[in-house]
Amino acid sequence: MSENPIEVKQLVKTYGDFNAVDGLDMVVHRGEVFALLGPNGAGKTTAVEIMVGTRTRTSGEVSILGEDPGKDRRAWRARVGVVPQNTADFAELTVREVVSHFTAFYPNPFDPDELIEMVGLTAKSRSRASSMSGGQRRRLDVAVGMAGRPDVLFLDEPTTGLDPEARRQAWDLVRFFKERNVTTVLTTHYLDEAEALADRAGIIARGRMRQVGTLSELTTLAGHTTQVICDPIDKDEPRLPKELAVPFNDHTGRVSLATDQPTRVVQELASWAKERGHDEVPGLIVKRPTLEDTYLALVSLEKTE
Amino acid sequence: MTAQLANVAAVHADEPSMPGIVPATLARIKVELLGFIRNPQSLVFTVSLPLLLMLIFGSVFSGPVEGTDVDFRQVFISGIIAAGAMSTAFSGLTISVVIEREHGIIRRMASSPMPKSAYFIGKVLMVLITTVLEVALLLLVAVLLFQLDLPATAALWGTFIWVLLLGTAACTMAGFAYCALIPNAKSAAAVTTPPFMILQFISGVFYPFHMLPGWMQTIASVFPLAPMTRGFRHVFLPDTFKAVEAGGVWNLQGIVVTLVAWIILGTFLTAITFKWRGPRVR
Repeated sequence: MSENPIEVKQLVKTYGDFNAVDGLDMVVHRGEVFALLGPNGAGKTTAVEIMVGTRTRTSGEVSILGEDPGKDRRAWRARVGVVPQNTADFAELTVREVVSHFTAFYPNPFDPDELIEMVGLTAKSRSRASSMSGGQRRRLDVAVGMAGRPDVLFLDEPTTGLDPEARRQAWDLVRFFKERNVTTVLTTHYLDEAEALADRAGIIARGRMRQVGTLSELTTLAGHTTQVICDPIDKDEPRLPKELAVPFNDHTGRVSLATDQPTRVVQELASWAKERGHDEVPGLIVKRPTLEDTYLALVSLEKTE
Repeated sequence: MTAQLANVAAVHADEPSMPGIVPATLARIKVELLGFIRNPQSLVFTVSLPLLLMLIFGSVFSGPVEGTDVDFRQVFISGIIAAGAMSTAFSGLTISVVIEREHGIIRRMASSPMPKSAYFIGKVLMVLITTVLEVALLLLVAVLLFQLDLPATAALWGTFIWVLLLGTAACTMAGFAYCALIPNAKSAAAVTTPPFMILQFISGVFYPFHMLPGWMQTIASVFPLAPMTRGFRHVFLPDTFKAVEAGGVWNLQGIVVTLVAWIILGTFLTAITFKWRGPRVR
C-alpha cells in the first residue's frame, strides 16, 4: 500500500494521435486539499475521470487509497466521493428522495437530513430537482457525491454556476471535510477558490503537470518573487537584461516583468523613463504576484514555448 | 459470489460491512416508481398509446376473420394486449435507461458502491409492475367496451400468466441490449418506436397473422411479439381458431422456446454491451 491516498505516475490518455493526458505526475497527501488548475482542454477532467475509475487510461500508474481505480471494488467506491463536472438531472425526484436513494448504498453514510442541511438545501428538501435553479442542482450533486462520508473526495468544478453566497457555502463544505482529514482534489477555473481552499495546487497545461507547490510557492512568477508593471512610453518598452527581469504577457497591454531584484529593476526603469523625458515611470506598480498572475504567466509561457 | 465477497472482506478486514443487495434494490425500486408516476412522457408514451390504439381500432374493426367465425376485434385485442406488454417492457425500459444514461444518473450510481445488479433488478421489477398495470387496464377496457371473453379455465389463466411473464422478460432483456444502439436521449423514442411498430404490423396485432405473407410470418416468428400474440390468442379466442394458426396447432412449446431464447440472448447481449462508463454515459 502506498503512503499517500493519491499517487499518479506518468499517466497517459491517448485519443487517436492526441494525448489528452501526457505523462501526468501527481501526489496528494493525506488530509490535503489539492487544487488542479489549468485552461480548458488541459486534461484536468480526463485525469480526474481516470482517478475515479470512470475512464480507462492508456498507460501510467494510478493509486487511489492504495488501489487501482480500474478494479472498481465496492468497498473502495464506498470511500471515494465523486462530484463529476456535468450536473446530474434528477428530474421529478425531490432533494430528499435523491439523497436518501444514494445514502442507501453506503456502509456509513450521512443522515439524509444532515447532508441536505450541509449543502444548504433544507428549505428545498421537498422540491423536485426539475423546479430548482442550476446552482441548487449543483449543490444536490455535491450532496450525492459525499453521501458516503468519503476518505477521498474528487470535486470537478463544484462551484461553476453557483452564486457568490452558494460558492462560499461550498467552500465551507470543503473546509468541513478538511477538518475531518478528508483528502480532496478540486478542479476549478476560479483561482481565488484555489487560494482560499487549497494547501497545494498543481497547474496542468497540455496534459502535463507544469508546476506544483504550496500556494505561497506557486505565487511566484516563473520562480520570481515580485512583479513589476509599468506603461510603455510612446509605444516603446524597456529592455532589461534577462537575468534581471523576465517579461511576460499578462494580456493588459502593459509591461509586466518578473524579478527577484525589484529595487534594481525600478532603478533601471527610472533611467529608461528619464531618457525619454519622464521624471516618473508611468503606471509603475511593484507587487507580490497573485496565483492568477502565476497562472497567466505560466499559461502564456506555455503558448510561446 | 458469496465466497468471492467473503474473500474480499477478509483482505480488507478494517472496512465496514457493505449494505446488502436488498436495501440497494429497495432504494432503486422506490425512485423507479416515483420517476414513472411523475414523468408524464413515460405515462403517455408507454401506457396510453396501446390504450388509445385499442380504443380506436377496437371501434374500427368488426366482422369475422376470414376462414373462422371469430370476430377480428377479439383477435386484435389479444394482439394489442401483447403489444401493451412490449410497450412498457421494451420501449418504456429503453427510454428510461437512455434518459438516465444522459442525465448523469447511471454515472453517479457507477461511482457509488451500489451493487450493479440492484439497478437491473429494480428495472425488471419496475417493468413488471408497470406491465401488470398496463395489461390490467387493457383487459378492463376490453371487457367493458369490447365484450372480450376472459379465459374460462384456470389452465388458460395459467397460460396467460406465463406467456405474459416470459414475454415481458424477453422484451426487457432485449430492451437493455437495445440501449447500445441508441445514441442519445433525444433520439430514444425515434430509434425505439420503428422496430416496435414494424413488429406490431407483422406479428398479427393489426392484421390477422395467418393472412400475412409467409416470409413475413417467418421473420416475425423470430422476435418475441409474435409468440406472445399467439399465446394470447390461445388464451382469449375459441380453441377452434387454431385451425388458421401455423400447422393448425397453438404450439405452446414453440412460444416457450422462442421467449426463453430471447431472455438468454438479451441477457448475454446486455452483459457485453451495457456501459456504466464511456462517452455516452454523461
